[in-house]
Amino acid sequence: MEITNQIIGKNGLIFAFLLVGGIMLLAKFFSKKITNNRIPAVAIAILFGLGLAFFGEKKGLADIPLFSGLAILGGSMFRDFSVVATAMGADLNKIKQAGLAGVISLFVGVTISFIVGVIIALNMGYSDPESLATIGAGACTYIVGPITGTALGVSSNVIAISVATGVVKTIITTILTPLIAKLIKLDNPHSAVVFGGLIGTTSGVVAGLAATDIKLVPYGALTATFYTGLGCLLCPSIFYLLLKMVI
Amino acid sequence: MKIYGVALLSACFLIGKLTGRFLGQLLNINSDVGGVGFAMFLLMTSSLYLRKKGWWSEESDSGIWFWSAIYIPIIVAMAASLNVKAAMTGGALALLAGLCATIAGLLLVPIISKIGNHSKKNQDGDN
Repeated sequence: MEITNQIIGKNGLIFAFLLVGGIMLLAKFFSKKITNNRIPAVAIAILFGLGLAFFGEKKGLADIPLFSGLAILGGSMFRDFSVVATAMGADLNKIKQAGLAGVISLFVGVTISFIVGVIIALNMGYSDPESLATIGAGACTYIVGPITGTALGVSSNVIAISVATGVVKTIITTILTPLIAKLIKLDNPHSAVVFGGLIGTTSGVVAGLAATDIKLVPYGALTATFYTGLGCLLCPSIFYLLLKMVI
Repeated sequence: MKIYGVALLSACFLIGKLTGRFLGQLLNINSDVGGVGFAMFLLMTSSLYLRKKGWWSEESDSGIWFWSAIYIPIIVAMAASLNVKAAMTGGALALLAGLCATIAGLLLVPIISKIGNHSKKNQDGDN
């Protein structure tokens, strides 16, 4: 047993390939036999992944040494690398056509998330502009939250809430997107560009689109990648100052 | 050679990330601004250029397609290594704020999608 652990420990990334392959196979079977192909296998596999994450803490299942390779395979390096690779299947003309809508969706997306976050935090007892701005920034993405919180010097408790808000957004986007894609007409590159700009959490956007229609992934990823940067730019500066004036 | 494809992808990835990081520094925020987006544009334009020049082969393409296809398993691994517990222990505030912000964004998709979307008009011939 110890030798097995040693081998897996030294080859964590390879073990992660095997593990994910197994999850995908199981999800395919589940999708076919139990849901009659109604729920795509990719969506089920992602749900399985989220479920497995409950066995760990900060890094999900990867907190358990045996499964630590999952954090490498699912880390930002491989994720961004493969997202860039999906650009090969994207049509440059369609992106040009959606350009203006994409830029507008970015600004609207960051603004609306911030406002929604602030309103809910206000209703739940927070009243100082620093904490409100941090939670509003967390409603953008789980990176914008702590960056804003650190810049404004709020307590680590508030920063933790802002990170949690961002993670909730990622998970909800992943689960909800394939379910309501038809309702919001998310079925073409143009709306995928807008979707990426409005939601912005790169991991949620790409996971949600993958579960909806894999062909749409590059379009959503393209705008989503600008969202966190824009959020980091606006939340601790203009948005915070505006908030301070209002309150 | 497949490795040419992977090498081009790597070059675009690194240049894109660098650009995003520099842009972040320029704007005085300690974060990457659109690095992946720049990399994607670079890959699209450079592969198009190389193809026109005839310096690109189908086999080089397959080196990139592999990484594009491995993308789903990576997302599954990412899902399994998310801090799901924190999302639950962040309390009602985190749950509510995350949920409402997502739904607000989703509902705006069909509205903002109308901007610049003339594809249907073009098909009808009344440009």
